[in-house]
Amino acid sequence: MSSANWTIDFLSRLGVEGIAVIVPGQGGPSPQPLSQEGEGLYNLSIQPIVSIDEQEHFLPSPSGRGAGGEGAVINVTTTDKPVRNQNPLLWQIAANDWRRFAEAAVEQGLRWVAGWAEQVQGDFLVNACFEKQGVYILSRTRVAVNAPTLPSQATVYPAANRSERHSRDMFGINFVDHPDNRRWTRHQAWAEDSYPLRKDFPVQGAPVDVTPADMHYPFIKSEGQGVYEIPVGPVHAGIIEPGHFRFQAVGELILNLEERLGYVHKGIEKIAEGRAPDSLARLAGRVSGDTTVGHCWAACMAMEQAAAIEIPPRAALIRGILAERERIANHLGDMGAICNDVAFVFAQMQFTRLRELWLRTHAKVFGHRLLMDRIMPGGVMCDLTDADCTLIKREINVLRNELADIMPAIDLNSSLEDRLYTAGFLAPNIAAAFGALGYVGRASGQDFDVRRDAPYAPYDRVTVKVAVETKGDIASRFWIRYKEINASLHLIEQFIDQLVAGGLVSEWQPASAGSEGLGIVEGWRGEITAYVRFDAENKIARFYPRDPSILNWPALEKLVLDNIVPDFPVCNKSLNGSYSGNDL
Amino acid sequence: MLRLFLKILKTGVVTERFKKPKDDELERLGIEIKRHIDKKFSGSIAIREVDAGSCNGCELEIHALNNPYYDIERFGIHFVASPRHADVLLVTGPVSRNMQTALLRTYEATPNPKWVVAVGDCAACGGEFGVSYASCGAVSNVIPVDVVIPGCPPTPLALMTGLLGLIR
Ligand code: SF4
Repeated sequence: MSSANWTIDFLSRLGVEGIAVIVPGQGGPSPQPLSQEGEGLYNLSIQPIVSIDEQEHFLPSPSGRGAGGEGAVINVTTTDKPVRNQNPLLWQIAANDWRRFAEAAVEQGLRWVAGWAEQVQGDFLVNACFEKQGVYILSRTRVAVNAPTLPSQATVYPAANRSERHSRDMFGINFVDHPDNRRWTRHQAWAEDSYPLRKDFPVQGAPVDVTPADMHYPFIKSEGQGVYEIPVGPVHAGIIEPGHFRFQAVGELILNLEERLGYVHKGIEKIAEGRAPDSLARLAGRVSGDTTVGHCWAACMAMEQAAAIEIPPRAALIRGILAERERIANHLGDMGAICNDVAFVFAQMQFTRLRELWLRTHAKVFGHRLLMDRIMPGGVMCDLTDADCTLIKREINVLRNELADIMPAIDLNSSLEDRLYTAGFLAPNIAAAFGALGYVGRASGQDFDVRRDAPYAPYDRVTVKVAVETKGDIASRFWIRYKEINASLHLIEQFIDQLVAGGLVSEWQPASAGSEGLGIVEGWRGEITAYVRFDAENKIARFYPRDPSILNWPALEKLVLDNIVPDFPVCNKSLNGSYSGNDL
Repeated sequence: MLRLFLKILKTGVVTERFKKPKDDELERLGIEIKRHIDKKFSGSIAIREVDAGSCNGCELEIHALNNPYYDIERFGIHFVASPRHADVLLVTGPVSRNMQTALLRTYEATPNPKWVVAVGDCAACGGEFGVSYASCGAVSNVIPVDVVIPGCPPTPLALMTGLLGLIR
């Protein structure tokens, strides 16, 4: 049975509950980009959700645009594993059924993936993306700009909470019955009644000379004998991004933690508008500097879908190598930093040394220490020579040997054990409720990885091993990183072995006005989604990148509870959310 | 424990030699230094790093300054936890409007004499983000800047060169 059969069950269930779902393009046999302009922007055509078995094998045609008809059902890969149809199913829901749809979705066991809005002329399109068994559903509804009211889904999915607050701040959409009506992304840089992502809001806004501090944010209070508050940030003690943490503690014990983020909000979504594809790729590569490959890839994937461009197989393999190298570089840095936060300097020195060597190879082979701007719309900017491949493979063996020395020394260290085991516990059910991703989710039993469960090229050519643990403590998040490094090393070797000759870039074909795409990749922190819609003349109308941090940050508020205040840094590091990727 | 010490011995000292930069070298790297730190500071400066809106790429490379290859502390340059202990503010990112007041306050909290080093293209000129409703752009739009180290992000070597240029 196809794993996508649940969508049919789900649809019929919705019918029973009286929720009408419009599936655009139903019955049309041709695999199209997520949408193409038909009769107006809202008339989307998409894969039919009928005959789902077949649909799994649908791909954009290798020649790019214009594919259609029966001939478009193709098998491209060398393995018998079908490639994920890059386009999610698009379902349109009536605005007043928005919450009931979420209720049905949660019952069906769907994971909340991302939420964002967009203004198209006089309407807001509000999107919520869900996933189950590697099949993505993009649900969409429409409200008028002059009556922007919608039932909140955050009562059903805690994961949607901050996302809806973001949409409220940026668009002025009122999510009725939202459990938390405080501002989120908005501090004091724009007025309460103006909304930066509305089309009539100028990109320059109307800033005052000095934007005041956001003084009166209503933090949760707690009272009682011996309870005190510790405000931390936005400027922290270390070399770290800015954000504010408000602790309530008794003695050393943390009773409550509230995060106040948004300090590095740079208006990425707004300044993306009007950009050309290559310019958007550069911006996406700076959503979060440590995830430059991941975000750039997701954004390019979205643009390529919208423009119905398929990248050359060699480019896909090189992207895979870049992404796995980025994962390893970050995991090495994190593992050192986690140990450093419990004053185990030996590990910090060893891991920063290994990371530095790794980055030097990035610079030597790929031309940039952090791999920025290596991925471009249609392919990649850098190639690998045979000598490069040999070098990379040799380095992989060196790293394996180094880790074989270091890891036992760490494993047998009782002081490290004492600090990392059982600390910062994130229960699997809480991880599930927040939709925690990547190593945070996987250390708490959330067995999901886009590379395995919804594979995209080049991961369709290999078997991706996914490490999962259930202990949910800092030690789990530490060791899972180590396991992921090993898996990534193996993947890089396979990609190099499979490296086929061929071009690096497919020629760019301007996307038609209104076409859209949703790129989904497994970044080093977990699943990244990037939504793109094109305007006329190959310009971006909307870009929304969803960093995994957006879903992982709320988990930090839970996993620090009942830990001691001095353990906060190591708890925080074990999760390592991106502030920049969250604040946009 | 034995394994640990063995590994330390086997790793040895990896710290690399680094010569203090000359002026033409700074120029070649595009590093702009307007003033040099007073003689009495020479040999030791305390740095407070402030991310005023960066993408965090610059932070990764600033972190690298403390790895065993660069080990910037051997030159008397160290990072401190409070602006009140600092001689130099190392500022990254375009200054987001949400960080503007925090940056100004950090600047005020830093005792005189003080210097500001703008790190990265964003801090130098706004970079990919520029000036918008959410971003003030370059650091010099908010506080006076003495040294600019460009790059996206600047490599640890460029950072070392710029910082050592300051105390030469
Ligand atoms: S200069 Fe580059 S690396 Fe540094 S903050 Fe700006 S975009 Fe990020």
